[in-house]
Amino acid sequence: MRKITAEIAVVGAGPAGLCAALEARLAGADVVLIDENRLPGGQLFKQIHKFFGSKEHRAGVRGFAIGQELLAQVSDSGARVLLDSLVYGIQPDKSMGLLTAGENCLLLAEKIIIASGAKENYTPFPGSTLPGVMGAGAAQTMINVNRVLPGARVVMVGSGNVGLIVSYQLLQAGAEVVAVVEGAPRIGGYGVHAGKLRRAGVPFYLGHTISRAYGDDGVRHVEIARLDERWNPVPGSEFTLDADTICLAVGLNPMTELVWMAGCQFDYIPALGGHVPLHDRNMETTVRGLYVAGDVTGVEEASSAMEEGKLAGVAAAEALGYLDARAAKEKKAEIEARLNRLRSGLFGEKRREAKETQLAAMQRARESEKEVV
Amino acid sequence: MRVLHHPVLGDLTGQKTVTIYYGEEPVEAFEGEPVAAALLNAGIRVFRKTAKRREPRSVFCAIGRCTDCMMIVDGIPNTRTCVTAVRDGMRVQLQDGLAPVGIAPEAGGR
Ligand SMILES: Cc1cc2nc3c(=O)[nH]c(=O)nc-3n(C[C@H](O)[C@H](O)[C@H](O)COP(=O)(O)OP(=O)(O)OC[C@H]3O[C@@H](n4cnc5c(N)ncnc54)[C@H](O)[C@@H]3O)c2cc1C
Ligand code: FES
Repeated sequence: MRKITAEIAVVGAGPAGLCAALEARLAGADVVLIDENRLPGGQLFKQIHKFFGSKEHRAGVRGFAIGQELLAQVSDSGARVLLDSLVYGIQPDKSMGLLTAGENCLLLAEKIIIASGAKENYTPFPGSTLPGVMGAGAAQTMINVNRVLPGARVVMVGSGNVGLIVSYQLLQAGAEVVAVVEGAPRIGGYGVHAGKLRRAGVPFYLGHTISRAYGDDGVRHVEIARLDERWNPVPGSEFTLDADTICLAVGLNPMTELVWMAGCQFDYIPALGGHVPLHDRNMETTVRGLYVAGDVTGVEEASSAMEEGKLAGVAAAEALGYLDARAAKEKKAEIEARLNRLRSGLFGEKRREAKETQLAAMQRARESEKEVV
Repeated sequence: MRVLHHPVLGDLTGQKTVTIYYGEEPVEAFEGEPVAAALLNAGIRVFRKTAKRREPRSVFCAIGRCTDCMMIVDGIPNTRTCVTAVRDGMRVQLQDGLAPVGIAPEAGGR
């Protein structure tokens, strides 16, 4: 079997992985960056809206532009980039199985940074497996990357930022959004995004849910029902809309398969999307030499994914001796300060608390490890 | 349906096209795009049928995770069409239930 070796292997070339590879490479380490897609950038390339947040985090710049810039920097840096390449497994000795260019290879690295991102949640209802029901991110990939409309009349489930943003992008692509259905009594995402939809005349059904979808060989009709305070459908409140597509924007969960396989310890933190790997302030997990960054550590956003990636890149380069303790400490302090600013405000505060819980659990894990030793 | 005009991404122009076949039916596709995109564009929604209840399935995640979009592509069953790029002359078939045993793929592919 062909062997591919590197000092640092980064799995996943979304914003987190790109930043991790760049930092580590700039510090002098030999880096290989791997992504199973033909195009790097992860979720960034689907995002054609302007980013929210602060100026230093590129607010007002569109996601795909940030991605292209990062990409150019990474390829200029001299990091090796393997696309269309899948890391399909990892052994307890941290050797990895890699499928690249149709060949099964052994991937060996002293430090590993996993930045595999997140995947979309599913919500069941009668008819939810019919053709025409898809993740909001899937619809976004179709319209913005492949330039294909998955349908003409869409019902969006979920009014968080993803639901709102993808609804607007469906309008931009020429679809009709016939309803945004939200179980909670209020809109989940930012007012700016909701405002655009309202001005475009998209109806919001708050405190409602899909009770069923039906049609021969695919969605044709969507039945919607009002929910009472306990989230039970109110009998007799149902009405039916004609639609050929239902998009589910009901949250994301971290894509942690490799991290589980490596034997890392986890905690269950709903605010971060479910089971998340424990990591310290260097982004190192309970498995020494294995780092995580971005949505895989808990679902947040592109800007925090980039900062976490940088943190992991710096820490891994430091561990290999490419940065002295002082230089590394300075860099990490700057990154942490930016991360804290990102994790403030109405939406950020909850995430900051959740991340603190995760860090505390990590500390306990390290301490009990010491006791055993 | 193609998104030919777009207020942010601009117009689509000069795409090279190839032809793939859904059963016997020719389907025009853009070079390099996933099979699933070409089929959805052509209005084809049923990609496979489940083994037990013969229920129709189609694209769900579009990133190769859920396996709902599997079809028989150039004789190879269980191919995730959302992460498989089109090739001129490619043959895609609905996968009805479990893949038939003993299909010998002639050419490579996934
Ligand atoms: C619809 C939508 C709208 C959003 N809008 C915003 C926004 O406005 N602002 C904002 O800040 N954030 C936004 N986000 C969130 C942001 O996109 C994510 O938080 C960010 O992309 C996470 O970065 P990441 O690098 O962790 O993961 P990803 O971007 O998901 O990248 C992970 C990469 O890893 C690859 N990969 C995974 N496993 C393997 C493997 N085993 N082998 C090889 N490759 C692998 C994947 O193919 C993927 O390319 C949005 C997300 C969505 C879905
Ligand atoms: S749609 Fe999920 S694997 Fe293709």
